Amino acid sequence: MANITVNLKVWRQAGPKEKGKFKTYTVATDTDTSFLETLDILNEQLVEKGEEPIVFDHDCREGICGMCSLYINGHPHGPATGATTCQLYMRRFKDGETITVEPWRSAAFPVIKDLMVDRNAFDKIQQAGGYVSFNCGGAQDANALPISKEAADLAMDAATCIGCGACVAACKNGSAMLFVSAKVSQFALLPQGQVERARRARAMVKRMDELGFGNCTNTGACAAECPKNISLSNIARLNREYINAKIKD
Amino acid sequence: MAEIKNITVDSKIPEGPVAEKWTNYKAHQKLVNPANKRRLDVIVVGTGLAGASAASTLAEMGFNVLNFNIQDSPRRAHSIAAQGGINAAKNYQNDGDSVYRLFYDTVKGGDYRAREANVYRLAEVANNIIDQCVAQGVPFAREYGGLLANRSFGGAQVSRTFYAKGQTGQQLLLGAYSSLNRQIELGKVKSYNRYEMHDVVMIDGRARGIIAKNLVTGKFERFAAHAVVIATGGYGNAFFLSTNAMACNCSAAIACYRKGAWFANPAYVQIHPTCVPVHGDKQSKLTLMSESLRNDGRIWVPKKLEDAKKLQEGTLKGSQIPEEDRDYYLERRYPAFGNLVPRDVASRAAKERCDKGYGVNNTGLAVFLDFSDAINRLGKDTVAQRYGNLFDMYEEITDVSPYDEPMMIYPAIHYTMGGIWVDYELQTSLKGLFAIGECNFSDHGANRLGASALMQGLADGYFVLPYTIQNYLSDQITVPHFQTNTPEFDEAEKQCIAVEQQLLSIKGKRSVDSIHKELGHILWDLVGMARNKAGLEKALADIKALRKEFETNLFIPGEAGKGMNVELDKAFRLRDFITMGELMAYDALNRNESCGGHFREEYQTEEGEAMRDDAQYFYVSCWNYEGSDEKEPSLIKEPLEYEAIKVQTRNYKS
Repeated sequence: MANITVNLKVWRQAGPKEKGKFKTYTVATDTDTSFLETLDILNEQLVEKGEEPIVFDHDCREGICGMCSLYINGHPHGPATGATTCQLYMRRFKDGETITVEPWRSAAFPVIKDLMVDRNAFDKIQQAGGYVSFNCGGAQDANALPISKEAADLAMDAATCIGCGACVAACKNGSAMLFVSAKVSQFALLPQGQVERARRARAMVKRMDELGFGNCTNTGACAAECPKNISLSNIARLNREYINAKIKD
Repeated sequence: MAEIKNITVDSKIPEGPVAEKWTNYKAHQKLVNPANKRRLDVIVVGTGLAGASAASTLAEMGFNVLNFNIQDSPRRAHSIAAQGGINAAKNYQNDGDSVYRLFYDTVKGGDYRAREANVYRLAEVANNIIDQCVAQGVPFAREYGGLLANRSFGGAQVSRTFYAKGQTGQQLLLGAYSSLNRQIELGKVKSYNRYEMHDVVMIDGRARGIIAKNLVTGKFERFAAHAVVIATGGYGNAFFLSTNAMACNCSAAIACYRKGAWFANPAYVQIHPTCVPVHGDKQSKLTLMSESLRNDGRIWVPKKLEDAKKLQEGTLKGSQIPEEDRDYYLERRYPAFGNLVPRDVASRAAKERCDKGYGVNNTGLAVFLDFSDAINRLGKDTVAQRYGNLFDMYEEITDVSPYDEPMMIYPAIHYTMGGIWVDYELQTSLKGLFAIGECNFSDHGANRLGASALMQGLADGYFVLPYTIQNYLSDQITVPHFQTNTPEFDEAEKQCIAVEQQLLSIKGKRSVDSIHKELGHILWDLVGMARNKAGLEKALADIKALRKEFETNLFIPGEAGKGMNVELDKAFRLRDFITMGELMAYDALNRNESCGGHFREEYQTEEGEAMRDDAQYFYVSCWNYEGSDEKEPSLIKEPLEYEAIKVQTRNYKS
């Protein structure tokens, strides 16, 4: 462990309609401390000085809830690959380094305050069809439906998406294709999802378009920045699912 | 000494043998017909496994649901972080499992302090949960033949745990979230994101609504319904450092307690044996390493004190210590269950070794969890397939790869078995107020077995509450939709605003976190893994002093009602954590025995095992609020009655 001092150049914005600007703070931390804990230290100092602490989303701090959402030095979730912001440790940074911290920037994710954005659009896409329409109570025995390990594993890989929005933040078009394709893929790969397969693809893509997300131009930035390594092949599958659904129209 | 109230507690346990109680209940309970369900509103606070499954199921049945969550989406609830798995008595492995055995293991694992009838029902509906989740499209792990895979967890000699990699909680929660989304789209659930419950509103002796704060605007809002369900999780974050998420809090539960809902067994706190050890004073939370790792990982410390000393100084590595100098103390002490003893037993055993000086890291507070045997036996690829994501997570935090060096782990606060008291119908001691999931006390006794939290949360939400709440709502069908402009709502909101004003007006010098950390130290040192009378009395005095400090020296920037104020929100929660800390200490002091997660140093065997006192303490402690946080609560006892299981000393040795 080594003690280091870093300069945090942080986006401050009082509200959705206010104009934001960068403000730089110097904070002493150490290499075994996480990035968010370093923000905690800074906030503690701001409160002690009577200033407003920096608002940012965070919760589980173990990389699974999808709440944390910082754009650090030009990368969603910062420089580490396959990890969320909360799993980022200061050993990734040098003593004296200036670190730029911004919110997700996308028309579909308006800033609420400072580094906190509104990702409700993601919920709305899921509400359009991200489920098997099935009421609790009448399920058959779980093993009455064998599913090949390959299909189950692929579905699990897609279902690993934590809904953080890094894919949208990484995309120059602000597209949500990786997010949507992960859910569509999970159900397209499983027998439980077959009945509503076409309906689901149509409905989720339509809702995504309505909510102001951009189009996909296959740059692959989303998959490169995804903290859960959701594969680009899911987007290819979504395109197939969507075309198949449209043909049936 | 707490004042004892002689109230006969009616836990509404149905008649008949334990295996028939739930069937009998369902056969005779009152129902609400479909046309009338549309006329009834239910508030569900929380969107974890219990809250999301209850909200979606109630909506599927036809009730109108108002559903609240503290984060930006229902999918963030901390159930999402559960790693290892979910238990059910399917007996797919043909290893002798049955509903009775799951029931028995759970009661024994809870050190004979749970209600038999509740636990039997839990074991009974566990199989339905797996069926339900598969039907939803939850991608559980499977064998090549296409059938579901299982693994083993602590406190069981069968493989009954279903899992989805190390992300079972995530997949189950996303399953419940998907059902919830369907109901939101259908307009049957109204979802309120970034809201926090501050009070429950009672009208004519029934829970009829809540006051919740919109965390974005900073304003209090009122919501009315025919019944209120809280599914707001446990109180582990009172300790500041725990495996809980940052926003996990007990404020909703404490609000109910202040309104008269009993708080049951607060001393029963689960300390999970396998967490990444504390490494400094800047840490904000602790990270769990799943219990599933104990399927293949072996726990040990050095046999020789001089080796331990070198490990602590950093001049020796675990991998350099030869086999014959390693003490696999769980395998030594508990040959029948080995590394898979229940969590309370494993945690105390780790503490015992570290207290004797055998700790393996620089603080002396860590033991090894070693995979070298498993890697030799199964190959690195198989181990990576089973635990890869956990190994990566560990390496991110510690900068050490568990493939090369044994993991270092230490116990940490993880789960709370205690909670709001509920009867068999999951109704609290307040009419019309229900509590489900971790925030109730009902099923785990003094210790919860691994992979049983997911089971209980989903059992309550999918299969129990949707039935039992109808028994309550059936006579409410003529009650019209409620208005929120009543004097009761006025008064409740006024109280919330008064608390806010008071907190903002202190203008002292200390941040919320600095006081919270202090509370955490008091609780961990004196109300943690090992407790004693003198320590608990000191804890109560220290917490009293800390409350004074909180009330006179807290500083929160900003003004009331002026938009988002994160420090103010944290201060509200800390105010309730302080009260919670006292409740834990009162309960631990009252219970002069050791059982499960509650270990009193005065009451142990010569071998250091927990010593229960069934003659004196075979009851649920229900704590009743006495009108002020300053006053000691009174105690009501719900005697436990066992008919199916013979109460005996827990034995994991043979």
